[in-house]
Amino acid sequence: MSQKPAIRAEGARLFAAFQAAGAVPVEAGILLPAETLLDLYGEDIRARAYVTTDPLQGEMMLRPDFTVPVVQAHMAHGADPARYCYLGEVFRKQEHLGNRPSEYLQVGFEVFDRAAPAEADAEVFALFAGLLAGTRAQPVMGDIGILMAAVQGLDTTARRKAALLRHVWRPGRFRQLLDRFSGRAAVPAARAALLERLATGSPQALIAAAGPMIGLRAEADIAERAAALIEDAGTRAIAAPEAALLYDLLGLQAPAEAALAHLRGITFMLPAIAPAVDNFAARLEALRARGVDVARLPFQAGLGRTTMEYYDGFTFSFEVEGLPAVASGGRYDALTAVLGQGRSIPAVGGVIRPEVLVQVRA
Amino acid sequence: MIKIGVPSKGRLMEQTFEWFSARGLKMRKSGSEREYSGHVAAEGVELVLLSAGEIPRELAAGRIDLGVTGSDLVRDKLADWQVQVSEVAALGFGHADLIIAVPACWIDVDTLDDLDAAAAAFRVRHGHRLRIATKYHRLVRDFLTGYGVADYQLVDSQGATEATVKNLTAEAIADITSSGETLKANHLKVLSDSLILQSQAMLFRSALSTGPELDALIRRLSGG
Repeated sequence: MSQKPAIRAEGARLFAAFQAAGAVPVEAGILLPAETLLDLYGEDIRARAYVTTDPLQGEMMLRPDFTVPVVQAHMAHGADPARYCYLGEVFRKQEHLGNRPSEYLQVGFEVFDRAAPAEADAEVFALFAGLLAGTRAQPVMGDIGILMAAVQGLDTTARRKAALLRHVWRPGRFRQLLDRFSGRAAVPAARAALLERLATGSPQALIAAAGPMIGLRAEADIAERAAALIEDAGTRAIAAPEAALLYDLLGLQAPAEAALAHLRGITFMLPAIAPAVDNFAARLEALRARGVDVARLPFQAGLGRTTMEYYDGFTFSFEVEGLPAVASGGRYDALTAVLGQGRSIPAVGGVIRPEVLVQVRA
Repeated sequence: MIKIGVPSKGRLMEQTFEWFSARGLKMRKSGSEREYSGHVAAEGVELVLLSAGEIPRELAAGRIDLGVTGSDLVRDKLADWQVQVSEVAALGFGHADLIIAVPACWIDVDTLDDLDAAAAAFRVRHGHRLRIATKYHRLVRDFLTGYGVADYQLVDSQGATEATVKNLTAEAIADITSSGETLKANHLKVLSDSLILQSQAMLFRSALSTGPELDALIRRLSGG
């Protein structure tokens, strides 16, 4: 790896720049307890992260990213507001042969600030854009908060909204559920047969006839879901115009200013997105004030949905075709609530990969 | 010397011996009944008896040139398996389906969609993710990720997997089954859309192994 010194130097330069921007350097362990990460990301992370076993501490993971340990440290004993930066290796398993590294440096910058989220979003983006200026990396931004607000505003049952929100970060599954809830896809044959069977008797009688109760999932759990299925079968489909707006939102790609105009145009039909669209407008204003050309900055509403699941608002990335993202980041307010044991703080941040950056220097 | 890896015991070993013998390559165990050594009646060919689960790794490393094992094991244990090994012949036995099964008393769960919904509710109620016992970690995880199932965890089970639900160490299982009788006897049912893989015994060639002798042997085996 003859590139290594250049990559280290690049990392050091970015780390210094983040400190100059007011961030306090923080350290994080390389070995992290696996349990927290598995609970957050689910089993999928096992395919991405190295898991090992410690005789005393149980399952441990080689740090797959810094966000979780940095948030945990902040929630435990951080100042409020706070800005942090870090520099270190992260480890990701590669499931395919090739030259993608399984160990690489990340340099990150995170802002925990309650005062003005739009300002903090713009601060992070403008800082990254400045550091990446003069490279081939192209910026793109998104906003998962608008999509989540649209789902919350749907005229349908709380159960269906919860099912959609749970899968916001799994686009294929989200789409499948939306197709079914809006009547675009027929009820699958297996589900129709199941409903028919559930209609033939009480859940308790059907369970007794099906076999002995085994396992932790109790009769009450089964009966509850059976009732939910029957109730859901009687729920009317999400109205076509409302569903159409959501499909439109999922595919929305336009320069940021034009995207805002479009969103303003559909807000009267989907009033629940108004606060999220206002946030988007405020962010663009803050970006403009920092000299970002928002008339040309590409916007994709769903950017960041397929990465590790925690972004719930602003997202951004700097990309070069054919390479991993040079930089990526976003807002993850909900994650701080999950890790904060009852407390939370709005948070936004991102990382740069120095080893990709040295490849894309113009 | 061409090294052929063959499962070291049971029906799979016997059927593999028969398959090779029918193609003019007589194989038998040598030494005592309990000794793991074998003999093949051919010049320049060596028989290596191995656990079926280790054969994929040995092929990938090139320590054996040919190997017989289940297609399920190759796909589960080797990343980008097509690059590391190639299929020479399907042997016509060892058929089994890798599926997901849940307790038969789960009258509300017939599909992956149901399993996903049940897992969400289970986690809320019981405080941990719904556990699926399996030894096929990669295949099962890829399959569930592909569909978009969340809130589950895989727990390792290297044997008697069907008993894990009753023993309260898992809520569901992912395992291979041929007749389905063991599942039924343990009060489990197969999810209708959970066929992860149809497996059978295959002869594989290591991508690292080349040479005219090996090519000739393969022609003889696949022509017979």
